[in-house]
Amino acid sequence: MTEYLLRGARPLGGEPVDVRISGGVIVALGTGLSDDGAHVVDAQDHVLLPGLVDLHTHLREPGREDAETVASGTRAAALGGFTAVHAMANTNPVADTAGVVEQVFHLGRRAGWVDVFPVGAVSIGLEGERLAELGAMADSEARVRVFSDDGKCVWDPVLMRRALEYVKAFDGVIAQHAQEPRLTEHAQMHEGVVSAQIGLAGWPAVAEEAIIARDVLLAEHVGSRLHVCHLSTAGSVEIVRWAKGRGIDVTAEVTPHHLLLTDELARGYDARFKVNPPLRTQADVEAVRAGLADGTIDIVATDHAPHPVEDKDCEWAAAAFGMTGRETALSVVQHAMVETGLLDWEGVARVLSTAPARIGRVEDRHGRPIAVGEPATLTLVDPAARRTVDPRTQATASPNTPYFDRELPGRVVATFLRGRPTVLDGAPVEQEGASA
Amino acid sequence: MEHLLSAGDLSRTDAVRILDTAAELAATQGREIKKLPTLRGRTVVNLFFEDSTRTRISFETAAKRLSADVINFAAKGSSVSKGESLKDTALTLQAMGADAVVIRHHASGAPHLLASSGWLQAAVVNAGDGTHQHPTQALLDAYTLRRHLVGPQPLGQDLAGLRVAIVGDVLHSRVARSNVDLLHTLGARVTLVAPPTLLPVGVETWPCEVSYHLDEVLAQGLDAVMMLRVQRERMSSAGGGFFPSPLEYSRRYGLDARRLAALPSHAVVLHPGPMNRGLEISATAADSSRSVIVEQVANGVAVRMAVLYLLLAGGRREDVS
Repeated sequence: MTEYLLRGARPLGGEPVDVRISGGVIVALGTGLSDDGAHVVDAQDHVLLPGLVDLHTHLREPGREDAETVASGTRAAALGGFTAVHAMANTNPVADTAGVVEQVFHLGRRAGWVDVFPVGAVSIGLEGERLAELGAMADSEARVRVFSDDGKCVWDPVLMRRALEYVKAFDGVIAQHAQEPRLTEHAQMHEGVVSAQIGLAGWPAVAEEAIIARDVLLAEHVGSRLHVCHLSTAGSVEIVRWAKGRGIDVTAEVTPHHLLLTDELARGYDARFKVNPPLRTQADVEAVRAGLADGTIDIVATDHAPHPVEDKDCEWAAAAFGMTGRETALSVVQHAMVETGLLDWEGVARVLSTAPARIGRVEDRHGRPIAVGEPATLTLVDPAARRTVDPRTQATASPNTPYFDRELPGRVVATFLRGRPTVLDGAPVEQEGASA
Repeated sequence: MEHLLSAGDLSRTDAVRILDTAAELAATQGREIKKLPTLRGRTVVNLFFEDSTRTRISFETAAKRLSADVINFAAKGSSVSKGESLKDTALTLQAMGADAVVIRHHASGAPHLLASSGWLQAAVVNAGDGTHQHPTQALLDAYTLRRHLVGPQPLGQDLAGLRVAIVGDVLHSRVARSNVDLLHTLGARVTLVAPPTLLPVGVETWPCEVSYHLDEVLAQGLDAVMMLRVQRERMSSAGGGFFPSPLEYSRRYGLDARRLAALPSHAVVLHPGPMNRGLEISATAADSSRSVIVEQVANGVAVRMAVLYLLLAGGRREDVS
């Protein structure tokens, strides 16, 4: 295995050091290290982070290989600086059995770009009626710890209670897509001033907040671990803050797009801005940024949701919900959080690596300290670079990025997965067959 | 003016120009031979994704009176029901050389998409999109109000100072949205009257007043009252359960004989049609001398002639946009 020397990298944005990687681990940290026999990576002024972990992403395989495959999706993840992704269960067939989660797990291994951790469905077929065999998925080779019906809310309070209780046996977590279904029938966008004017059916903030409020109380009652997916409203931040203050074991995530974009973008009826939960108001954006900065929101996860052109190039009401984001997540966080002074690079490492690794229970391999003896699972980013987003140059198989033509800061220069580069000089490093 | 997508896009000057043009064209419609040669050789496509015989016939009549060739494209079954996509329909119309496309669609924003996508070059006229806009309805309403309430020389005039109530299902109404925009632009004072369930969240930012009480608004003295169609299925649980029963609705918000009598003598009653007699409007009100509902239909042809004329014959000039 090739040895690497990162020359002058700044771990978590700190003082520059040389980092020597060999045998899958960091073997030396210091200034003026010898580059003898090593491939040298010029890391001047580059920030070194633990490899990023995406707790919420859609790889679409099996079932919608026209939108994305495990191979294309994980390649995009590596280019975005990720070394691990948690793939949501709403595939076809649904990842609600040990067989499907193991299939996704093995597809991930074969692709070799990142570690793929399948998320298991909470209910059979995401139907919200009967628990899927959560234990079998937990005991499978995929070792599932995160369970979610994402795309649909576990609405039945009894089913939610049972799920929260049941996963305690294997230290699992229920990741809830908080959406009261009756309050959001036919909903198209955030309900407010813009929806009233442009005549699209509203998705009220209360439909998210009511479920989060119920779930934190359920989690408290049964002493379980709850994770709130893609929190999007100021009210949700308040509820999670209150729950944490009470000692409830809840974690929360926000997507990059909810940190930056607002419902004003719906005015042109461009369905690339259609997403669930919907883009909210500027006040909500400010609130989720503040919540992420003060730790109320634990992590940023992409909710990368690829869709083929025809699912977006149509009437808003006919278009699919979702936007891509794996290759832009770090840039959006830099833009919305670092450049605004709300978060330093240590904070970025926390919300994009350490905390998601801990919530997903993969902290033995991901989100590790940058120290001698630790796995060389790392992301090197040039924060001074700027680029204009162009879906045609992205690795994801789908073009539905909401950041088209937008200039964003930062560029992933290199990604290492256990000492092996998946990205070098900003370009993907193709693998010879299976690995990792 | 390149397209007509929303009443909110019209300036006061644009709107008055359309109304004046409609008045000039209406004056020619008393003749024995009504047809004008203005749009000879031009093709107008009526692209209707939603049934609306009234609106379609109105546009068809308007285009034919201007000698345009008219193609009616009843495109039921859009991409929503996995038929042909809007894009493919648009490309087809472009290939056929449509000069104007009049579109009615159940999805809010579909006309906007047609106009901005680059799929076709034709002028796009919004004939009603989802719960968004229906600008020619607002124009014909404004034209009707001006004829009755601004005189004796209405040409060049707006609707400054007129008090208009719009009553009914504002939440689902493109007519209400269009009228609030246009009437405000033309200087009228608009009050929306509806049960709170049938008003959108966010209505407080619209340029109008809002009331839950029809009788209170009537007591303020109105120049016109516009009744909106209320679909009976809105009261069922499956339809959203917006109000308890049709009877309760008409008691609180219907224009019955008592309320009709409370209007000042000069005030007029409008309804975009089709009416639910006995629900939002009583037969007494619909058939009274105050009612200008049938006249609205005739005015609709004149206003749509004006819109097509300005878009296709005179509308590309800078001074109109």
